[in-house]
Amino acid sequence: MSKRNPEAEGKGLSAELDRLKAEMERPRRERAAWLGRYKATPKRDALFSTLSGRELAPLYTPQDVGIHDASYSEKLGFPGEYPFTRGPYTTMYRTRLWTMRQFSGYGTAEETNERYKYLLDQGQTGLSVAFDFPTLMGYDSDDPHSEGEVGVCGVAISSLADMETLFDGIPLKDVSVSMTINGPAMMLYSFLLATAEKQGVDLRQFRGTIQNDILKEYMAQHAWIFPPEPALKIIADIFEWSSTGAPKFNTISISGYHIREAGATAVQELAYTLKNGFTYVEKGMERGLDVDEFAPRLSFFWDVHNDFFEEVAKFRAARRIWARHLREKYGARSPESWRLRTHAQTAGVSLMAQQPENNIARVAYQGLAAVLGGTQSLHTNALDETLALPTEKAVRIALRTQQILAYETGVANVIDPLAGSYYVEWLTDRMEDDAEAIFAEIDGLGGAVAGIEEGYFQRQIALSAERFQQEVESNQRIIVGINEFTGGNEEVDVDTLKIGPEIEEKQRARLADLRARRDANAVERALERLAEAAENDENLMGPMLDAVRAYATLGELRYALERVYGRFREPVIF
Amino acid sequence: MSERKIRVLVGKPGLDGHDRGAKVVAAALRDAGMEVIYTGLHQTPEQIVNAAVQEDVDVVALSILSGAHMTLFPRVLKLLQEAGVDHVLLTGGGIIPSEDMEKLQVMGVGRLFGPGTSTSEAVDYIREWFAEHRAADE
Repeated sequence: MSKRNPEAEGKGLSAELDRLKAEMERPRRERAAWLGRYKATPKRDALFSTLSGRELAPLYTPQDVGIHDASYSEKLGFPGEYPFTRGPYTTMYRTRLWTMRQFSGYGTAEETNERYKYLLDQGQTGLSVAFDFPTLMGYDSDDPHSEGEVGVCGVAISSLADMETLFDGIPLKDVSVSMTINGPAMMLYSFLLATAEKQGVDLRQFRGTIQNDILKEYMAQHAWIFPPEPALKIIADIFEWSSTGAPKFNTISISGYHIREAGATAVQELAYTLKNGFTYVEKGMERGLDVDEFAPRLSFFWDVHNDFFEEVAKFRAARRIWARHLREKYGARSPESWRLRTHAQTAGVSLMAQQPENNIARVAYQGLAAVLGGTQSLHTNALDETLALPTEKAVRIALRTQQILAYETGVANVIDPLAGSYYVEWLTDRMEDDAEAIFAEIDGLGGAVAGIEEGYFQRQIALSAERFQQEVESNQRIIVGINEFTGGNEEVDVDTLKIGPEIEEKQRARLADLRARRDANAVERALERLAEAAENDENLMGPMLDAVRAYATLGELRYALERVYGRFREPVIF
Repeated sequence: MSERKIRVLVGKPGLDGHDRGAKVVAAALRDAGMEVIYTGLHQTPEQIVNAAVQEDVDVVALSILSGAHMTLFPRVLKLLQEAGVDHVLLTGGGIIPSEDMEKLQVMGVGRLFGPGTSTSEAVDYIREWFAEHRAADE
């Protein structure tokens, strides 16, 4: 038996007590620090109280209900602070509501320009461009591949001239624009930059977003042009050029939306999307960029489906996983790099053609989940989107649904109001664990690109879609209007928007007119220079912008690069 | 003697990338005992008809969610006729308004299925068509 030393023992005990005391004090200390930052940030002018008149604090923590939670700081922390579980910004919706950004586009640039002006008049706060299939695939409206598809599923944009018309009378320095474009992202980004230049916007202050997420195209959405390696090179070019050329522009929106819509589960959406994000970080770093130079411009895009709490947990888990990996694994030092910011869209695939008015209720619940998950911007689907492109009325109802959420329900009064729910916290932890397990599985395959090439993601997504369909067809999973509660299904007709063949003729005429007007020699030289830059493995942004300013068309730019890079061939799997 | 398998080509014509439905239907037809060939995405009508001829299929099922159905279905139908293939069922599904479905059926396209259709409905339709039009030929 060792000799006792009461004095040393007493010291050890008191040190332990001090440590415990400090640990107990930590949440109080951190909360006070957070509150200081909260108070220093301007707030929007609104009543932050319940309908009964009780004033509300911006944030509630375990202390407010007399609980000590030792894991609080590590797992949840404070809004705007690592690990960002409770939100990417300090004050969240107390300062600014989420951006109401309805995805929209049809016909030619003229029709869509009118729709944008209508939406802005109705109180929408940002724009989001839906392109038609030819544009998404990098074909001109007069390409043989485009026949029958021009302006049908979105707006047809074949050149800088079309982009100028699209934003005619809309000040790009005030209205932020998001563009869903991937395979030909560099071309459309250049059209937008050149349009902003012509409006007199300083590109160093220019804000906006391009989707530019090619990995999920191979996995799910399928609007690709080039094979993965050159496609990723082009993305790294965009990161590099933008870090000085347009440093406030979101150069990528890493998207789970299409992965989910193609059939993935929420956990697969979470894991595949974040893995894609990590892959882009690695590509930027391989280019020699400092992670803190470009990671702050990466943004995300989630689907919001029907399983309410799982969706909320997904948003929260995503922020925590991203922060941890960026700080611990990639060595980012800037909190801006750790901070996951996201757009969200309600799940198109959950909309039903049967009793389509019921879709208003689905969209409202999904929109609520996105807001409780802490989204930065939101698109709510229109009730008729499972039948056609939405009518003006249907779009208005979708926007009003967001406005009801924002101004009537009170859910924006308090930051991360579901935190501390045993269920939500438990589910957030489980989704994080599940995502980590999938990351390990993908690493085992050799990474995201190897997984795409061997069809791993495509197969997993198809299997999840099949499983869901079987659950519905065996009535294990009830869908209102499909396998239950079908009274009213016979009343099918809601008004839908129709795009006539005259749109295609009009757009082809616009393009023919442009080809006749521009300096053909200048276009020719600019395209040669672009192809040469691709051959020499230079950054393509400069030559791309020059060709765009000379009014080279989308298809011309695509083919110039395709001759160098080739075209992606999909592994066919079902 | 067991009946021969019904051969189905599932095709995605045009630029439309939405293949969830096509793959779910292809898997359901395969699970129902049919021989299924899936073309993959972004096929031209010419590629689809060539594949249908080479694979000697009984049914061509197209999935179109892009709104281009009034261009693509008639094109495939015409090319099938030009190739002398008059014994094949052309069917399909997608986001197709009911008035367009009726117009296409008048042209000679078979039944078309909209969102919310159970895969068993498509399986039954193809089996019935086959029993009526093809089984007797063999």
